[in-house]
Amino acid sequence: MTDFVKAQARRQRGNMVLFLGPAMVLVALFFLGPIVVDLVLAFTDMDRTLAVSTLTFDNFARMASRDSRLIASLSLTAVFVLCTLGIFNVTFALVLAVVTTSVPPRLGTFFRAVWLLPRMSPSVVYALLWLWVLDPNERGLLNQILVHLFGMTPVDLRTSSPVAVIVIANGFIGASLGMIIFTSAIRSIPEHLFHAARVDGAGPLAILRHVTLPALRWPISYMTIQQTLALLVSFEYILLITNGGPFFDTTVFALYSYRRAFESGQYAYGAALSLVLVAIGVIAALGLWRLMDMSRLLQSPRIEVQ
Amino acid sequence: MARIELRNLRKDWPGVTAVDGINLRVDDGSFVALLGPSGCGKSTTLFMLAGIYSPSDGEILFDGARVNEVEARDRNIGIVFQSYALYPHMTAAENIGFPLRFQGLEKAEADHRVAEAAALVQVDQLLQRRPAQLSGGQQQRVALARALVKRPRLLLLDEPLSNLDAALRLTMRSEIRRLQRHLGITTILVTHDQIEATTMADRVVVMNRGRIEQEATAEDTYRRPRSLFVAGFIGAPPINLVPALAAGDRVTAGEVGLRASRPVTGEVVVGVRPEHLRLAASGVHGRVAAIEPMGREVLLALDGPLGRIHLLIAVGAGMPAEGAQVHVDFDPADTLLFDRSTSLRIEDVTLTPDAVVAV
Ligand SMILES: Nc1ncnc2c1ncn2[C@@H]1O[C@H](COP(=O)(O)OP(=O)(O)OP(=O)(O)O)[C@@H](O)[C@H]1O
Ligand SMILES: [Mg+2]
Repeated sequence: MTDFVKAQARRQRGNMVLFLGPAMVLVALFFLGPIVVDLVLAFTDMDRTLAVSTLTFDNFARMASRDSRLIASLSLTAVFVLCTLGIFNVTFALVLAVVTTSVPPRLGTFFRAVWLLPRMSPSVVYALLWLWVLDPNERGLLNQILVHLFGMTPVDLRTSSPVAVIVIANGFIGASLGMIIFTSAIRSIPEHLFHAARVDGAGPLAILRHVTLPALRWPISYMTIQQTLALLVSFEYILLITNGGPFFDTTVFALYSYRRAFESGQYAYGAALSLVLVAIGVIAALGLWRLMDMSRLLQSPRIEVQ
Repeated sequence: MARIELRNLRKDWPGVTAVDGINLRVDDGSFVALLGPSGCGKSTTLFMLAGIYSPSDGEILFDGARVNEVEARDRNIGIVFQSYALYPHMTAAENIGFPLRFQGLEKAEADHRVAEAAALVQVDQLLQRRPAQLSGGQQQRVALARALVKRPRLLLLDEPLSNLDAALRLTMRSEIRRLQRHLGITTILVTHDQIEATTMADRVVVMNRGRIEQEATAEDTYRRPRSLFVAGFIGAPPINLVPALAAGDRVTAGEVGLRASRPVTGEVVVGVRPEHLRLAASGVHGRVAAIEPMGREVLLALDGPLGRIHLLIAVGAGMPAEGAQVHVDFDPADTLLFDRSTSLRIEDVTLTPDAVVAV
């Protein structure tokens, strides 16, 4: 009996290693490893030479007192995240989901597919497309339209309104995820609820407010938190489209730590900056979690089907 | 309250005709049941009345006025869905009060109406609960209150009892009936349960494949079914239907001869309900193939010259055992005769057993 129990325990351990092992290795290698490395680097003075001479708090002292760009970069990040999220990734995604589910199904599918396209193309291609649209020359798509259709002079939006450019470029691609999640949430609303509301006297707006939106409460909360975190750390489109410029005008915090580390070669300082970003992310996530009462989402099934 | 009329009403879906040109009148204050098998177009008809679907053709009239173009919200009807369709994030009180939000009532008046409707269906103690915190029966009552709160001129019920257990169904059946009488509201009930239709409604409309097979009192659909379909659909256990040939006053089904009370000709179908057959010393014979107890009665399946026929007899002495040879007899007045080509009943004719050939 005990032998049997022992053998069983041994087999279970074996299975655990077999099934969880590969994934654990990957997690350790690509998630835990970098965090540990970052954590250690942040307290060193490593630079381009890759040499570490002392362990120090200097990086953090520098952030607190001697980095004049830090505050600007942080507030730009706040503006970037709030605008992209508020205008596109949640609000516009919601509009897309509501509109594409209320037009005939084929048309709706077509429009959703169009909005999904950028997500399916490689980010470099997407960024190139924007570069072509925004080109300050008369060759740029936008300028062609402005000049030939409206007789205006060419504009250079990447110089005149760089923040708007990165918000729009990120938003156009970011809206599609919310659109898909919201669309499927709208689809899961029992059709009879819409019928009942119509018979009860509700017009299209009242139906939106009393039937559709309440069913989207959890998806909206989820998207807000998920997209906040994603936007906090994402900078690939910014890097490709404006390269953080002109000057530091579109250098969000994530890009700032990247530029410090890889452009200026201050690896240790870059590591310390990203550590701060991690802290900001954790605080933002916990704060939003509280604010949106997300723990209730995990407690019981929230897809209310009758 | 309203008098309803449907004229050649039709609804085509891509690939299916759900409702195939129906004509119907529903008197003011009456209770009508649309009865038929699954997929026959009952709900589609109801939703066209509600203004949820628009008809492909034909007319819907409320009190003589065409309402085809009138929006659902302007038709002043109440509807209870099979799934109840309560708004999940609203309390029972908010659900019941929802239709009143769009009527511009004063808050005090609206609250009063909600309380009144809740009391009518006895959910006044549950008003602060959400649908997820209510049992199926309670949700059903709340849905009924929501349908009634704006004092509609027409009440539509789409299989309102099908999600309830047997005991609750019985209670709600009489309760809905009581409410309908009390309020005098014109009511149309959709159901595939013949007991529900026949016990609740004044008139039963039997539907099949998008058409109306018969519109009559419950009694008439049972005693004088207009067609083979109605005969087979109404009555449980189902009627025995036997193909036969008629010539003059002779009707021959296999080796069994029957005499018709008046001359008929052609291919016919003879129908006798299981409860109208009885064991006798002579008559059509058969071997007891199966015995199925059904409470106070048993259903016997007999194999004989007419194929398999069923008869329902009271439990008691003289019950044949399985395999026994028996004879069955019936009252001529209880027979039904149908024309096989049109599927319609041939009226004013009864059949008597004539000569029985032994196997
Ligand atoms: N929205 C729709 N789109 C396409 N076809 C439909 C739609 N609604 C119903 N139908 C079809 O119309 C026919 C009638 O459907 P309906 O719902 O009226 O049947 P029913 O008599 O209410 O059946 P049940 O008792 O199963 O509810 C069916 O063949 C169904 O598949
Ligand atoms: Mg139905």
